[in-house]
Amino acid sequence: MLDEQARATMLAPTEEDIRRIVRSELDRAAKQEAAAGKAAFIASKGTLDWAYPPLILATAAAASGIESSVFFTFYGLNIIHKDFERLLKVTPLGNPAMPMPVTMPNFVLGLPGMGPLATKMMKSKFTAKHVAGIGELLDTAKELEVRLIACEMTVDVFGYAHEDFIDGVEFGGAAAFLAEARHAHVTLFI
Amino acid sequence: MPDTQINADEVLDARLLSCPMPVVKTAKAIKALAPGQVLKLMATDRGSIADIPAWAGSTGNTLLEWHEEGDTLVFYVRKEGA
Repeated sequence: MLDEQARATMLAPTEEDIRRIVRSELDRAAKQEAAAGKAAFIASKGTLDWAYPPLILATAAAASGIESSVFFTFYGLNIIHKDFERLLKVTPLGNPAMPMPVTMPNFVLGLPGMGPLATKMMKSKFTAKHVAGIGELLDTAKELEVRLIACEMTVDVFGYAHEDFIDGVEFGGAAAFLAEARHAHVTLFI
Repeated sequence: MPDTQINADEVLDARLLSCPMPVVKTAKAIKALAPGQVLKLMATDRGSIADIPAWAGSTGNTLLEWHEEGDTLVFYVRKEGA
């Protein structure tokens, strides 16, 4: 038998009742479905433009209460290298989607100095639009306890040492990523 | 201007910041509040119009109201839960 208060709640739930019910349902769902609270990203590209998506998604996920990790492999290792400011570049050559102030044919884009120019252009554009720099995003990721995992195999192949990477980076292999990914609803290869 | 005046316990100025920083700073500011307290967020990133409600939905906090004041988007978020 329902008591007086429970009956009143069923007949005319107040906003507070609804909130309480929704919250308890959400808690229950979260407990049953641990995967809903995890995201696992792979960062495989080592250019300035492609350094942004994994870091933006991982920090936004962590800020949304989603436990997140980024596995850096192949050229993606550039992003967590201590020298990322110098290593991360962008080139308009072979990238017809990159907006340029004037249309330029490929043979011009291939001239010496075009890469550094494009990198400088992108950085100043991002700064003008107040987009966080890679360093700030990395600091934010660490602050939000995003796990940053460097692929040990590619670290070896490229001749890097563990000390070449920023503090807080862990090292692991495919199994380390998969151990995270199998419990995650959000998995992206970038 | 809003119809009702909501009293904020804390104000976060995230104007000029781009994605994902308004959400990141909001999460941090909300963490410092007690349940029931209200955060006033000011942002200029237009993506926040979609992002702040989505963030509130994922974290179980309540977006009480939002409106525009010129170029500034003003959000009132109430911290929920224990």
